[in-house]
Amino acid sequence: MNLRKKVRKKELLLQGNEAAVEGALRAGCSFFAGYPITPATEISEILSVRLPQLDGTFIQMEDEIASLGAVIGASLAGAKAMTATSGPGFSLMQENLGFAIIAEVPCVIVNAMRGGPSTGLPTMPSQSDVMQARWGTHGDHPIIALCPSTIRECYDLTIKAFNYSEKYRIPVVLLIDEVVAHMREKITIYEDEEVEIFNRVKPTVPPEWYIPFEDTPKGVPAMANFGDGYRYHVTGLTHDIRGFPTSRPDEIDPFIRRLFRKVSQNFSDVQIGESYETDDADITIIAYGCVARSARRAAADGRENGLKVGVLKMNTIWPFMRSQVEKVLRTSKVVIVPEMNMGQISREVKRVNKGDTKIFTINKVDGTIITPQEILNRIKEVC
Amino acid sequence: MAEITRLIHEYLRHDKKFPHVWCPGCGIGIMLGALIRAIDKTGYSKDDIVLVSGIGCTGRLPVYVDFNTLHTTHGRALTFATGIKLAKPRLKVIVIMGDGDAVAIGGNHFIHAARRNIDLTAIIVNNSVYGMTGGQYSPTTPYGMKSTTTIYSNVEHSFNISELAVTAGAVFVGRGTVFHAKLLESLMEKAFAKVGFSVVEIISHCHTQFGRLNRMGTAVEMMQWQRDHAVTVEKAAQMKPEELKDKFKIGVLVDRELPAYQDGYDKVRRWAKGSEKR
Repeated sequence: MNLRKKVRKKELLLQGNEAAVEGALRAGCSFFAGYPITPATEISEILSVRLPQLDGTFIQMEDEIASLGAVIGASLAGAKAMTATSGPGFSLMQENLGFAIIAEVPCVIVNAMRGGPSTGLPTMPSQSDVMQARWGTHGDHPIIALCPSTIRECYDLTIKAFNYSEKYRIPVVLLIDEVVAHMREKITIYEDEEVEIFNRVKPTVPPEWYIPFEDTPKGVPAMANFGDGYRYHVTGLTHDIRGFPTSRPDEIDPFIRRLFRKVSQNFSDVQIGESYETDDADITIIAYGCVARSARRAAADGRENGLKVGVLKMNTIWPFMRSQVEKVLRTSKVVIVPEMNMGQISREVKRVNKGDTKIFTINKVDGTIITPQEILNRIKEVC
Repeated sequence: MAEITRLIHEYLRHDKKFPHVWCPGCGIGIMLGALIRAIDKTGYSKDDIVLVSGIGCTGRLPVYVDFNTLHTTHGRALTFATGIKLAKPRLKVIVIMGDGDAVAIGGNHFIHAARRNIDLTAIIVNNSVYGMTGGQYSPTTPYGMKSTTTIYSNVEHSFNISELAVTAGAVFVGRGTVFHAKLLESLMEKAFAKVGFSVVEIISHCHTQFGRLNRMGTAVEMMQWQRDHAVTVEKAAQMKPEELKDKFKIGVLVDRELPAYQDGYDKVRRWAKGSEKR
């Protein structure tokens, strides 16, 4: 690096929601539709100011169903589009989430997780929408869901969410828990830092040769935007490679399998996480979101007390990071899965546990965070 | 080449998607004919037209026409259309819905799209029944009529779609029937030319479900019913209320000027950038 060159950087004290906005704009988001809901409202408020300054569009719709509908419409017209909500709104979005999956429309949905079910705990944190993000919409489908635990990750993962959605033509859910959404931390954004921005692949063939849902080796067909001269049909019905409804078993099967394949053959790209001192760890904590912060502190305190503790932090929640989890299950004697729900990811960890590794959970559902001390106490209790 | 042949070759996906799903005698075919003729007259390029629909018999329409076509979820067509129009304002976005689609499951989206005055044209085929699922009653099924879920009698009062659109703020509202095919064409043409939220309600028939249950006869007899019960706006103005009792008005019900959403939002952009003072 040339030290004499002045590095232009912005040091910002941001909330998770604010960092998600910065990330979205950096990724090229030009359309937002949403409906007010705590604790995601800041994203709407800030984008209502910023997007029109950048010739983008912000609109407040009549509900969350309409919000995701407008986002999908904007994406089909070529915009990078996003919405933000919390549990009750995410429930309403499930219908159109399924549409975005079957019609392969890129879009990003932020869910600032609060306690549920129903209206639940509007101002208190939770991680209880993990399984809803996976299976909330009906039908068999793949999904990508990411979860930040720091403000910097809110920024980075929002960019990644847009990249994955454009790359794989799939809606990406960003699960920010209320703690991370509202917590403030300093982040430094270098103006000349290289950020990988991925834009959807457009067709290069003439319109009469264009096959909009072609089964390519990559599994991701090129996407023409409405108005670009490629007139094609988009439907929520199961369709053939030309986009027309089909009920032929020999067309349905490869289509559904391709939807899964485009994610499953790219696990190495979409599964991101970080390991902290897991190589020699007897005890590994698998955590995500704000709980990953407590887990790292608990591990450091444990090491001071002579316990060999490591942490596997999951940034990708779905598709489940099976190979990374299997690795720590092989090397650790004990695995602890602390979660602010009754055990949604621990269920997955138990599912992939083939050996005799002991898995213990910490489940907190009282609307407060899991502290490092609580994790440490659990470790001492089980070891 | 005959005019009809030219239109078929120009606008229908005749080599890809036919035969269609509709019953013989259905009114949607007449409506589709009027739609194609009206679009042909507007002079828009096919690449710049987006046809959006919801779910139901009417929702199946876009698959047969050669535009950018989008078949969305039930009742949500207007929300998708809103996103398309705002993201790419140069596109002409036309939304095709049925009565259940537009004013039952999509009722909230309908009134809000009208209130915002988004530059869209909503074409609603009102056949008073959920046809595709087998003839259940809809919000426009008249009081006292039968359906497969009101086999004794419908005791709910029905919506008047056009009046709802007027009240919610649409700048153009027209009503026609599939019997009055030429009127439909001219109403659609006017609606496409209007900037802002325009609505064309089309009174149609479902002889397969609704007509059979209520002993209303064949498709032709149901269209004769439309002819006998429709009164033009001009004629209705000279009639007494008791004469209009079992009649409905057809023609242009509202044509007014209000700023469209896009004009307002363009101003918002200029204010946001500071290029214009508020």
